[in-house]
Amino acid sequence: MTLVEAETDVAVSRGELGRRAPGVPRTVLNLISVLVGLGVWWGASLTGIDIPGPAVVLKRGMELAADGTLGADVLASVKRVLSGFLLGVLAAVPVGFLMGWYPAVRALVEPWIQFFRTIPPLALIPLAIVLMGIEETPKIFVIFLASFLSCVIATLQGVLTVDRTLLNAARVLGANDRVIFARVVIPASSPFILVGMRIGLGSSWATLVAAELIAAQQGLGYRMQSAQLYYDLPTIFVGLISIGLLGLLMDRLLLLAERRLTDWQETR
Amino acid sequence: MITVENVRKVFPLPKGEEFVALGDVSLALQDNEFVTVVGPSGCGKSTLLNILAGLETPTRGRALVDGEPVTGPGPERGVIFQQYALFPWLTVRKNVEFGLRNRGVPRAERRATADHFIELVGLERFADALPKTLSGGMKQRVAIARAYAVNPSILLMDEPFGAVDALTRVRLQEQLLATWSQERRTVLFITHDVDEAVFLANRVVVMAARPGRIAEIVDVDLPYPRTEESRLSPRFTALRNRVWSAVYHQESVA
Repeated sequence: MTLVEAETDVAVSRGELGRRAPGVPRTVLNLISVLVGLGVWWGASLTGIDIPGPAVVLKRGMELAADGTLGADVLASVKRVLSGFLLGVLAAVPVGFLMGWYPAVRALVEPWIQFFRTIPPLALIPLAIVLMGIEETPKIFVIFLASFLSCVIATLQGVLTVDRTLLNAARVLGANDRVIFARVVIPASSPFILVGMRIGLGSSWATLVAAELIAAQQGLGYRMQSAQLYYDLPTIFVGLISIGLLGLLMDRLLLLAERRLTDWQETR
Repeated sequence: MITVENVRKVFPLPKGEEFVALGDVSLALQDNEFVTVVGPSGCGKSTLLNILAGLETPTRGRALVDGEPVTGPGPERGVIFQQYALFPWLTVRKNVEFGLRNRGVPRAERRATADHFIELVGLERFADALPKTLSGGMKQRVAIARAYAVNPSILLMDEPFGAVDALTRVRLQEQLLATWSQERRTVLFITHDVDEAVFLANRVVVMAARPGRIAEIVDVDLPYPRTEESRLSPRFTALRNRVWSAVYHQESVA
């Protein structure tokens, strides 16, 4: 049994192979980077360039938070992004699976997807307003479209790259089509779907602000748009930073989910 | 009992040409035989195995298992692939249980069976590990356990040790024979390694290419269990040389 022992060592040490460089920990470097960035911003605001400094923006942010405007705006924006994004993912995953599994479905659907992919979702806003009015529907629709298009392509790619050997292995182990789909195709394409979701979330956020230009009464995009009229730069900065931080937070949450769900992958 | 009757397999190529993977192949395997198939690439040895596995259909002729024509994969035929084909998102135990689950075997029984075969291939300490933490040789042992778990009467192995290093390969061969001596099955084992073919088999089928066909069948009269002594014996060398020249000095038909 010497062979088994030798392999044990390999298996254990392989898991512990760290890629961390010696020296300063990563979080410290991250923190330094953030502080340097804030310093550059503050320095720039002192040189006479017409932008508010960090302190002014922070003060404005606290005011907006205190009177409830910021909270309401964040809530309105997050609601739009999440509903559009989630609807997009919910539609994209089954469509992507069907396209990957049935060549006929792919041949029927793909021209439309490729066509709409070349149109920025924002370019559909005028049409969406005319057809859907000025309520929430057109805003959520363009966000939905942005997230659907990035996610459907990723899901299709995922299904297409499922290893044929794994499908054969499942078949010879007695799996029927339903089992192959649920226990092989879905897990095998999950890394692609999760990457598609991250990209979809990115485009959802990108679409949000413009979507909120459509006669919105609330939301971070609306707030910035109206602040522009009054030359209220601190409020614009508060809006920008809020969008950035919220986007980052959501992306990190998805990344965390991705890590947990696709931890089985060979390469990382 | 496996019977291959006048099987021909032609793959269409672009521009209307075709590739004759198997010309006209007939072969019979008795129960609990260990038959290896060796030959140059393009001789159709993997095609032959895929037809028996039910993953390919012959253009002409037929394959029979216990008198029944092969129409698709079946539980009495276990297949082991060169690329291991473990489900990377399942632990070793879940991989071994995969086929049992498809048959609706209850959880407790599934687990007991899986553990038995995991132990048989010496991986009980890795039952809850993911495939990515295992070496190539260990992965192939999991694949062997997984194929055994559904209790097939036939094992079809497609160059299973092709991707591991020479040292591990020798160990895996010995371990496969040890497993086979405890759990007898009919084995059809594809390889391009002449030594491996002779060491494992009681019959070596030598195939030739263009068109894929059987060139010669060599009986290996070395007794089991086979050990290092068998590998170093003059009889082994003589058989090996015979298979070697059958593989490497084939006159072309085309």
